[in-house]
Amino acid sequence: MAPYCYFPGCSLRGTGIAYEESLLEVFRLLHLPIEELRDWNCCGATSYMSIDEGSACVLSARNLALAHKGHYRDIVAPCSACYLVLRKTQDYVERYPRIGRRVEESLGPGRLRVLNEVRVRHPLEVLYTDVGLAKIKAHAVRQWPGGKVACYYGCQMVRPYADGDPDHNPVRMDELMHAAGVPTVDFPLKTRCCGGTLTGTMPPVGLRLNEILLAEAHHRGADAMVTVCPLCQYNLDAYQADLRRRSKTFSEMPVFFFTQILGWALGSDPARLGLKRAISGRKQIAQWFPKQRAEVAAHV
Amino acid sequence: MERRLKLQKEAEPEWARRISEHPGCEGVFSCLQCGACSGTCPLSIYMDFGPRRIIGLVREGFRTTALSSETIWLCASCYSCAVHCPRKIHVTDIMYTLKREAIEAKLYPRRLPIPVLAQEFYRAVRSRGKNPELWVVLRMALKSHPLILLSMIHTGWALLRTGRLSLHSEHSDGIAEIKRYLDLREVA
Repeated sequence: MAPYCYFPGCSLRGTGIAYEESLLEVFRLLHLPIEELRDWNCCGATSYMSIDEGSACVLSARNLALAHKGHYRDIVAPCSACYLVLRKTQDYVERYPRIGRRVEESLGPGRLRVLNEVRVRHPLEVLYTDVGLAKIKAHAVRQWPGGKVACYYGCQMVRPYADGDPDHNPVRMDELMHAAGVPTVDFPLKTRCCGGTLTGTMPPVGLRLNEILLAEAHHRGADAMVTVCPLCQYNLDAYQADLRRRSKTFSEMPVFFFTQILGWALGSDPARLGLKRAISGRKQIAQWFPKQRAEVAAHV
Repeated sequence: MERRLKLQKEAEPEWARRISEHPGCEGVFSCLQCGACSGTCPLSIYMDFGPRRIIGLVREGFRTTALSSETIWLCASCYSCAVHCPRKIHVTDIMYTLKREAIEAKLYPRRLPIPVLAQEFYRAVRSRGKNPELWVVLRMALKSHPLILLSMIHTGWALLRTGRLSLHSEHSDGIAEIKRYLDLREVA
């Protein structure tokens, strides 16, 4: 089996490091070979696109070209922003000659067509399609101690380049959770925006968007939220202390990456899943994963 | 909200036509003004115009009003409008085009940290090939509202103690090649 090409993106090396730890652990447990793309660069995210569209596509085109040069068939982008920008670049170089010319100028003549020979994949979709629910179910050896979870998909993984999952009502993360024996709650806000970088640039607006999501999850009986994107996880996790100060009725909850939960169900050593990197709901985490207690305390 | 008299005479229809030639903006003249975009937008209640009125302003050619609006910067690009639009207009991509025009024409609202963040991110990626999260946020704060930093201390500490704050700024190994690729823009 050809290895998957791993495109970490900048967040999985910083605020989203627990995503990288748990993702690689899940791939290891399922015997899916995965290698990091060499010399990769930033995808440009939403910010670069706001300044210069042509160069934003060049940035992603370079990553796609590197993956092609490495003879990879699939490039796995766990961050929703990276996933979207890679897909958008593939779309734009074909649809808009102006963008195609700009990219070709950088990559060299004739290099444009290789960009669409690599498939851009989100790990959620890899686990759902390539591994499948049956295999996850068969490999799930451990019971989930954390109660019910609300699956939050965010926006850029499902829109506008959804891969078979409906853009406002995706279900694949819920199905993966069920396969792993984790109960979920009905969560209609599953693709409502977390505000992206607005938590940092316009805190009153950004925090409000996250308060809406967390409060809804809580009132629907969720004990935790599950995400597929480092920015969503960061936004939902990092500001709960601020939200608690503003509202007496707000109740704190852990926000996991879906790979942390799958890793647990697949029998991973909890220390390899980055659970200690949670900012909110640390009490619940220490309670649910008692072996982790000493480690969690060391980081408080 | 104070409303200023707008003269059609001041509109720039030629600019509207140029905008419609940008990738993703081809649908701007087929807008029905139905409001599905503003209805589904989770940020429209915080915006000065909202996506529907921005499209209205663009196609009439009210360039300065559209480009100096806060609306285009509050768009977090969740693409909800784009998939809901009955005319399949790529509203999010129109917002991106307007952001670029606003930066180029220096019309973006100066009090907003969002365009500052975009520019700092852009600079960092151009010089390192990667986004050093901490560095970009610090520069954004210092260049817009330094007092924001006070409100960030708490979160910064939480990130630091959980090992989520990368203090050294990594360069991409391919930075020389990346710089060459990106600098072609100036030549072209």
